[in-house]
Amino acid sequence: MASDTSKRSSYFLITPMAAIFAVFLVIPLLTIVIVSFWDYDEYRILPDFILENYSYLLGSSVTWSIYLNTLKYAALTWVFTLLIGFTVAYFLAFHVRSLTWQIVLFMLCTIPFWTSNIIRMISWIPFLGRNGLLNSALINMGIVDQPLEFLLFSDFAVVLADVHLYTLFMVVPIFNSMMRIDRSLIEAARDAGASGFETLKSVIVPLSKPGIAIGSIFVITVVMGDFITVRLMSGGQSASVGLQISNEIGLLQYPAAAASAVVLLITVLLIVTGLLRLVDIRKEL
Amino acid sequence: MAMSRKTRERRPTSFYFLAAFFTLFVLFLYGPMLTIFILSFQGVNGGLTFPMNGFSFHWFGNLFERQAVGDFGGSFLRSLKLGLIVMVVTVVVSFMAGLAFRRRFKGDSIVFYLAIASLIVPSILISLGIGLLFNIIEWQPQWFTSALGAHLTWTFPFGLLIMFAVFNRFDPSYEEAARDLGASNWQTIQYVVLPMVGPSLIGVAMFSFTLSYDEFARTLMTAGALNTLPLEIYGMTTNVTTPVLYALGTVTTGFSFLVIALALGSVAILRMRKGQKA
Repeated sequence: MASDTSKRSSYFLITPMAAIFAVFLVIPLLTIVIVSFWDYDEYRILPDFILENYSYLLGSSVTWSIYLNTLKYAALTWVFTLLIGFTVAYFLAFHVRSLTWQIVLFMLCTIPFWTSNIIRMISWIPFLGRNGLLNSALINMGIVDQPLEFLLFSDFAVVLADVHLYTLFMVVPIFNSMMRIDRSLIEAARDAGASGFETLKSVIVPLSKPGIAIGSIFVITVVMGDFITVRLMSGGQSASVGLQISNEIGLLQYPAAAASAVVLLITVLLIVTGLLRLVDIRKEL
Repeated sequence: MAMSRKTRERRPTSFYFLAAFFTLFVLFLYGPMLTIFILSFQGVNGGLTFPMNGFSFHWFGNLFERQAVGDFGGSFLRSLKLGLIVMVVTVVVSFMAGLAFRRRFKGDSIVFYLAIASLIVPSILISLGIGLLFNIIEWQPQWFTSALGAHLTWTFPFGLLIMFAVFNRFDPSYEEAARDLGASNWQTIQYVVLPMVGPSLIGVAMFSFTLSYDEFARTLMTAGALNTLPLEIYGMTTNVTTPVLYALGTVTTGFSFLVIALALGSVAILRMRKGQKA
């Protein structure tokens, strides 16, 4: 009896969330899959079952170079966010000794996450531009004679902005993993004569792996699907898969956009499945 | 005390390197924001970069002239309303789901993996999917229907994960005690569970509001005819070449900071009250 009512109340409690996911996540994704087989002309989309959207997409060399470019952004962003995020989390977890300071410094890192991404991208313009702060400083110091052109509207700017926006996604899960490491393990390592670096390598890094995996999933998926950073920071000179989809949407070529979207989704899911082999998410909460 | 013993312990050299690295990281995070903050007070004849050509509030004034930069006021109000709706829905629904997940039930892992999927599916796919769906069933996308749904797919996972973290550390013996004293289910939630998870719910509220308020990609195809603020800002980046852009950045960032301060403040007040009662 009691378990019957509690079961019923569980279903009652989960229904709103399940319903929203069904209507605004599952059905839309199914719609994309269906429409990716539809035909279209200049004005509308036409129900059909054709494979042209895919054959055109996969047969075009442009697609492959765009994927390569997107993977390049994802890989570079992943390396930098991992190195920076790990170092920051390590400092917070093991070198800041009072809980209050840990919380304060952690908050200091997270606050920018709650502000607008677009504004955070724009805020690099006065810094990196042709007459920006960095170029003026370099010229004044006599390091370069002419403003460096590659700073803004370039691959460099895209990766810089990605790192700026998403390093937090690494810091939080890695910090979380590190805070769970039993401090006596570290002492044991030290007592056994391990140097700080050896402790880091053979105790802290292996035990931080779940955090690293979760952070990597976040960073890689968000960069793989990104279009706004690439659009704004490359000044329209580079492409990414997300940008290609958004351009096709702009041209009202919805079935083509849908086919691109399906391929992107499969790519992202493959990457995530690979990373999930390293970690059981449900255990990490 | 343990603390004072610890602080007397000599810090290793690596501490100073790491502290310097951390400082640089914070500078990296806040430096650009600070530059546009300063530049938004650029003089009337000043440009998008330094030097400052005088000091003025001109660009802030410009922001509120409707014709000059699109519809800042309208899009701000729309984003504010949408953020508040998303916030209320996310808090209530995540709290309910958090309660449900305390017991195993059939299909629990389906909902869990839907939440994870919702987090990692690229935002533009959500936008495209909902846009197409509304297109096919011939409904007009509106910020309070399609965009609301799109935003919820983004805020629910965060809300649910926070609730997981809370209830995993929640001692059920308090509820048992309440029930033993004759409290009904609802009374147990109202007088025992809610006060204990209150600060975390404020966290969920702040997360969901700010995520919705700043969301761009999921709004792109779902907002319909009227822009939300991030769409308006995005439009401005392509056709505005004056510091009014920075003024807008300063105003919206200031507003985000205000929301964060409100949330942190109310958590602190809740904690203090609890401390006084105990």
